[in-house]
Amino acid sequence: MVKKRLIACLDVAGGRVVKGVRFERLRDVGDPVELAERYSEVGVDELVFLDITASVEGREPLPALVERAAERLTIPFTVGGGIAGLEDARTLLQAGADKVAVNRAAFDDPALLTTLAAEFGSQAVVCAIDSRAGRVVTHGGRVPRESSAVDWAAAAVERGAGELLVTSIDTDGTRAGYDLELTGAIATTVAVPVIASGGAGESRHIADAFAAGAEAALVASIVHERPERVPELKAELRQAGWNLRS
Amino acid sequence: MRVVLADYGAGNLRSVCSALARAGAEPVIAVDPEEVRSAPLAVVAGVGHAGAAAVGLGPLADALRGRAAAGRPVLGICVGMQLFFERSEEGGAGLGLLRGPVRRLRARTVPHMGWNTLDTLQPSTLLAGVDGADVYFAHSYAAEPEDEITTAVADHDGSIVAAVESGPLAGVQFHPERSGAAGARVLENALRWSRSA
Repeated sequence: MVKKRLIACLDVAGGRVVKGVRFERLRDVGDPVELAERYSEVGVDELVFLDITASVEGREPLPALVERAAERLTIPFTVGGGIAGLEDARTLLQAGADKVAVNRAAFDDPALLTTLAAEFGSQAVVCAIDSRAGRVVTHGGRVPRESSAVDWAAAAVERGAGELLVTSIDTDGTRAGYDLELTGAIATTVAVPVIASGGAGESRHIADAFAAGAEAALVASIVHERPERVPELKAELRQAGWNLRS
Repeated sequence: MRVVLADYGAGNLRSVCSALARAGAEPVIAVDPEEVRSAPLAVVAGVGHAGAAAVGLGPLADALRGRAAAGRPVLGICVGMQLFFERSEEGGAGLGLLRGPVRRLRARTVPHMGWNTLDTLQPSTLLAGVDGADVYFAHSYAAEPEDEITTAVADHDGSIVAAVESGPLAGVQFHPERSGAAGARVLENALRWSRSA
């Protein structure tokens, strides 16, 4: 069977990896591609580059960074953040991204997912869904939308999304565990892989997300602080009976 | 050695190009059928939609058929491998170089997305040293060859064809350019295979 995945997320602003709390007090922690290579070396299965300036300031995504990443990385990576439509997605995929993650633009115009799937195949189309208390939110969690996260997840897959990146704003940054209710409700509703996101603090949390039906778990701060944590996490998960790439 | 990547507008050639360069090749991206016809090794790569890819191939289709007829090696990656076959449920006719359809996966979770273990069925130059290795898959459709050309499978709610080899044609359903050290080994093997093919 396909293995469960540990995915590291790198927040990028102005071409650099930044850390901060909810878009505030951002501080530069390094070059995205160098950090990504480091994660690849310690055994991360996949990467997500999230351009966090894009949807806040209306910046362009960063094709030059994607080109550099594509040339140097030997594991797959997704690029997201501020993708407004077909041409943005095309630019990033042609620059070498394996997948694009579309968030607000897909919610505003779900037909975009169909267009992207027809052009690039569903396997390149990730729909990113942010949720607060089970409802869809956009604009980095600031704007509540008229849909339950589960309903939107089902509709997004129907439209052509090949994978869902499900972030709970409620648990994001807490390190108290993923939102298992949300992850489970979506994973049992759709037949595409679900990536749980928001709240990982220890390997038990990741195991819980897998048990809830997630195919992959997104991690950020727990590995940013100490990349050596990655092989430990994977060993702990394997010991708990989960099948991950060695 | 010179390797030509057939550019049919499907993206992701940059990653394959870089991976081939790391494997010791001199990769060139080409839209010109003559370049595709004459290179020591041609690669048809790309994620993408098989229907869009088949349309995009255009005049390169004849160049690839000509290579195959002349016994000159072609490596297909993912959708590139699917294009070797006769038809795809995702969209229309393929090159018809290999017999059989490309069908939608019948697994609980589709796409088949992530790292999975290669189970090699017969020894081959292409897959030397990677039996049991994990490689990266990202696809919703897979080839179902009619002939005994499958050299490796992976399990995802049933057996999925992961690699085929038939005369001058070699295809992998996974992405060697995104499969770490095992993927690099497959590309190095592919260069060795093409020199002896």
